[in-house]
Amino acid sequence: MSVASNVSVANLQVKFGAVRVLNELNIEVKQSEFVVLLGPSGCGKSTLLNAIAGLIDVSGGKVMIGGRDVTHEEPKDRNIAMVFQSYALYPTMSVRRNLSFGLTVAGMARPEITRRVQAAADLLKIGDLLDRRPSALSGGQRQRVAIGRALVREAPVYLFDEPLSNLDAQLRAELRVEIKRLHKRIGATIIFVTHDQIEALTLADRIAIMKGGKILQYDTPRTIYARPANLYVAGFIGSPAMNFIKGRLEASDDGAMFVNDDMRFTLRRPLPPGSRAGQAVTLGLRPEHVVAAGDGVAPLGMADVELLETMGADSLAWCRIGACQLTTRLDGAAQNPGRIALGADPAEASLFDSESGDRL
Amino acid sequence: MSRARKHLAARVAIYTCLIAMALFVLGPLYVMVITSLKHMSEISSGNILALPHIPTIAPWLVSAHKLSAGFLNSVKILIPSVIISIAVGAIAGYALQFWRLPGASLLVLILLIGAFIPYAVFIYPLVRILAFFGLFGTLTGIVIVHTTFGLPVMTILFKNFYSSLPVELFKAARVDGAGFWRIFASIVFPMSTPIVIVAVILQVTGIWNDFLLGLVFAGRDNMPMTVELNNIVTTTTGTRFYNQDMAATILTAAVPLLVYLVSGRWFVRGITAGAVKG
Repeated sequence: MSVASNVSVANLQVKFGAVRVLNELNIEVKQSEFVVLLGPSGCGKSTLLNAIAGLIDVSGGKVMIGGRDVTHEEPKDRNIAMVFQSYALYPTMSVRRNLSFGLTVAGMARPEITRRVQAAADLLKIGDLLDRRPSALSGGQRQRVAIGRALVREAPVYLFDEPLSNLDAQLRAELRVEIKRLHKRIGATIIFVTHDQIEALTLADRIAIMKGGKILQYDTPRTIYARPANLYVAGFIGSPAMNFIKGRLEASDDGAMFVNDDMRFTLRRPLPPGSRAGQAVTLGLRPEHVVAAGDGVAPLGMADVELLETMGADSLAWCRIGACQLTTRLDGAAQNPGRIALGADPAEASLFDSESGDRL
Repeated sequence: MSRARKHLAARVAIYTCLIAMALFVLGPLYVMVITSLKHMSEISSGNILALPHIPTIAPWLVSAHKLSAGFLNSVKILIPSVIISIAVGAIAGYALQFWRLPGASLLVLILLIGAFIPYAVFIYPLVRILAFFGLFGTLTGIVIVHTTFGLPVMTILFKNFYSSLPVELFKAARVDGAGFWRIFASIVFPMSTPIVIVAVILQVTGIWNDFLLGLVFAGRDNMPMTVELNNIVTTTTGTRFYNQDMAATILTAAVPLLVYLVSGRWFVRGITAGAVKG
């Protein structure tokens, strides 16, 4: 792709009546980047995508695609292609016509249309479906056709609006890999909306986590998983969920300590900047970072294992240290140890201000 | 056992009701058909419910002859009125549903009010307006009147149908670069078959059965079949030919009746088409 295809949204405002769905929203997507907009329903992620596509009116701000201001351009003039959740295939047209419709409208020469339809059909393995109607296709096939309809446009920017949500788990996993492969192959910029964190973590170069019309964190999947910017992101990402333990900060000779009635956890670092001793904080520990006490880990305390959930490759143990509930990942073959001394590497621990929820 | 008996009793009650209602509705039709097949002498002397002793189709031939001009006029009025009102209603419903025009909901409200105001209110002003444009008493005039009166219901009908189509279809077409007319012609209208059938039935029966507008606006040369029928039936001089009257009435009612019989299945399907997405 030689065409510039970075997408930049500045101070975007979208109102539905008196309700501000998006307010002063900013996001930059680099050329050939795969960005996932992730959030619960109603967080404004689809609205943002529709605004980038030009399918809804914006009441303020700017949308730039490839360095060109397209805020007031028609969708077709924005160099985009889009895939919808409900597939939105034209039901009265054959698959071939579905693919070629946009190109015909654009007045493209027939041989070029045929070439592009054939290329997309080969890539998505839908060559033998070309003469069928959408109603004669399965869900997975329909979604392939929908992706094909976007591909033939050979646009520098692709927008995906929850394209896998209507598929069953197995198909979803298959198509997820295919979309990833497709991105590598065509090198286009992709903005992908989903509420599924696995999709987000596996597909994205960068994830924008949205809530209430705001972007809470915009970073690589690794960073978002390891260093969530606030309590909301920390709780939203990761399955099983991160352990949250309430307590307060204390200063000691070895540096900062996390303290509550049941545990004293050494953080092995000075008090974080902007924090003070006695401040109410929440300690965040991923289940896989809660381990048996030993070398290199700071002790959490003696835990009673109340429940063991077998998940195949590993098991999830629900433990209790005094009044603190926490989960830990154990080996898949592990038996219930009953009582266990737990600890965690302070470097892997996240610390949040309990009041604002922000990371310290 | 008692459950089965209860079930049976319910069945009997339902069928009794249904048969009674059917007889009530079909009774007059039966009288019309047998009367139209009798000689006048038999009508004046005999039982109204009795079958004809010596059946005759002569009254039918006479009536058909008398009504032929009216039939042609009705067809000439019907075809353009039905086509234009449905076409404009479909386009208007599509525009209101998909193109989020400012004030669209107000427009729908006005249309709704328009659909419920009695015709009689409009007649005098419409006469003046058509006369001003020199269209009063012409075929064009009566077609305009029928189209106008059909539009509110047609627009609402199509708008409601289109509201059941997924809006993503429309968005996809816009991303594909299709404009207002292209989306309508290539995507939306081809999906409208069920609702077009409903619209055709409503408009054909409505316009064919119209008497008042035809009488007022069509002019002497374009009197529709219903007006002609009235002229035949309400003659005040000479003998009343009940057999011819009955035959003429059945002939006039035949067109909407046929439309129902042919498309009844489609009619029901179209009405419920919005409820379950195919």
